[in-house]
Amino acid sequence: MMNDLGIGEIQNIANKLRLDVIEMTTAAGSGHPGGSLSAADLLATLYFRIMNIDPQNPYMEDRDRFVLSKGHAAPILYAALAERGYFPLEEIKTLRKIGTRLQGHPAYREVPGVEVTTGSLGQGLSMACGIALAGKMDGKDYRTYCLMGDGELQEGQNWEAAMFAHKYGLSNLIGFVDRNRLQICGNTEDVMCLDPLPEKFRAFGWNVIVIDGHNIRQIIDACEKAVRSRKNPTVVIMNTVKGKGVSFMENNVEFHGKACNPEEYAKAVAELKAVIQ
Amino acid sequence: MTSKRLAQRSYYGKALADLAKTDDRVVVLDADLAGSTKTGNFASAAPERFIEVGIAEANMIGVAAGLAASGKTAFASTFGVFASGRCWEQIRMAVAYPKLNVKIVATHCGLSVGPDGATHQALEDISLMRSLPNMTVIVPCDAYEAYAATMALAQMEGPAYMRMGRSEFPVVMPEGCEFRIGKATVMREGSDVSIIACGQMVGAALEAAEALSAEGINAEVVNMSTIKPLDSEAVEATVAKTGAVVTVEEHSIIGGLGSAVAEYLSENMPAPLVRVGTRDTFGESGEADELLVKYGLTASDVAAAARNAIKKKR
Ligand SMILES: Cc1ncc(C[n+]2csc(CCOP(=O)(O)OP(=O)(O)O)c2C)c(N)n1
Ligand SMILES: [Mg+2]
Repeated sequence: MMNDLGIGEIQNIANKLRLDVIEMTTAAGSGHPGGSLSAADLLATLYFRIMNIDPQNPYMEDRDRFVLSKGHAAPILYAALAERGYFPLEEIKTLRKIGTRLQGHPAYREVPGVEVTTGSLGQGLSMACGIALAGKMDGKDYRTYCLMGDGELQEGQNWEAAMFAHKYGLSNLIGFVDRNRLQICGNTEDVMCLDPLPEKFRAFGWNVIVIDGHNIRQIIDACEKAVRSRKNPTVVIMNTVKGKGVSFMENNVEFHGKACNPEEYAKAVAELKAVIQ
Repeated sequence: MTSKRLAQRSYYGKALADLAKTDDRVVVLDADLAGSTKTGNFASAAPERFIEVGIAEANMIGVAAGLAASGKTAFASTFGVFASGRCWEQIRMAVAYPKLNVKIVATHCGLSVGPDGATHQALEDISLMRSLPNMTVIVPCDAYEAYAATMALAQMEGPAYMRMGRSEFPVVMPEGCEFRIGKATVMREGSDVSIIACGQMVGAALEAAEALSAEGINAEVVNMSTIKPLDSEAVEATVAKTGAVVTVEEHSIIGGLGSAVAEYLSENMPAPLVRVGTRDTFGESGEADELLVKYGLTASDVAAAARNAIKKKR
């Protein structure tokens, strides 16, 4: 059973997902590795331990839903879906190419497991609210997970959605913020400061959990805690490192939206292979 | 034509209240305007399926998309300027591209909004919505047709935008009429000129046809209640008969019904065309009737356009 995977195994999967991200963005010659790598540990934990899903039956009614609000991190979502068996792993090399199902940003049900369309930032939390509300209306007990970028939170619509989730008591909604402190033009606190972020969400009526987003144990604990909420939505603010796992990409804003050249590719692959069992 | 004056939005509200009883997939969202858009009727009938989002139209569209992705038929309503403009890009990505079952129903469109002025008079909404792939665009001509169109929307799969006015104006369709998405209705047969109209301008077109007949001009009036997909067969049929066209809409001549017809004609069967609508301008405060006069949207403006179109025939 998937859910029995241990921390070490999940960590290993996360690194495999990282390698997939490098493979597919390099093959594509473009894409967003930085924000994909920072979210690898979360996606590995959700898809291989937390979520109630069945790749053979991707739209089963009671499945848990994942919304990638920061749609530019599509490579990490595709990696997780492929490794989990939603579609063949070979297909990841078609990312961004003409005729592919793996659009540059995730497109609704284009590949099984993609629940909504994202890419224009600031909208995923609203969609996740709709999905969570439908679950409450229909008396279902599925959960809706939504990953946002930290820079993305500068979009006002997130805060409309935050008010909404509180008003409608969406305790079945669990948000994650990839708090890597970088966006395209630099540090989030220079571009448009977000701190104090936990206080902002608390003021909007959310449960707030702050963790190290690269610590699988902490991710699992946060999810388990969030699931116990009976009244309010929960946000897990994950302190992360953009580009995590590839030394020259870490905390490097340049790799927000740029693929590796051949030398960089070789180095990244060597580094990741060294930690994958 | 009867002289009964009814507001389209009241019949939208009635239709929603009826749907509350018959279709449990239907959910309705509104952004603090339920009294005005008449979604409040649904809220009374099915409070557990009515979603007040507050003054947050962008979020309303995202939530509607999420509900639709979970099997609901989501009606989302607010005034036309906000529904089409404030959250255009949300509609584009969250609804139109994934073809989700969200019906955006806008009230208070056009000049006849009246005293609230230009900020509240949507004259560009058809244009904005028509340019979105996968989007169906509907403009019912009166309250009865608004009722029927709402029922048709609940049956249809996929994204749609429906536009209605604020004021009461004369009904021109029979009560209980059917609505077929994508099908125009010939309201009056004629052979000299085709007046293709939508919304409350169908009434003005019929009045104009009446006046023209006194001059011996035989005008055909077509109610083009679906702007997209355009009923091109109906356009072809009427233009084949008359050889000259007038389009009439309570909307800018840029991007709306007039543009849709012009695009079709110029590529397929060029014919003289005169467009009646607002001419690249914002509206202003005033009473609905005063504004329609000032901006050239009365029956006599339509009649003048028809004479003009006939003159252009060779
Ligand atoms: C509405 C919108 N504006 C701008 C962009 C362009 N854009 C893509 S990614 C990005 C920065 C995102 O930063 P963040 O949310 O912090 O993501 P991460 O660091 O996790 O990659 C921007 C501005 C966009 N995709 N959508
Ligand atoms: Mg960031």
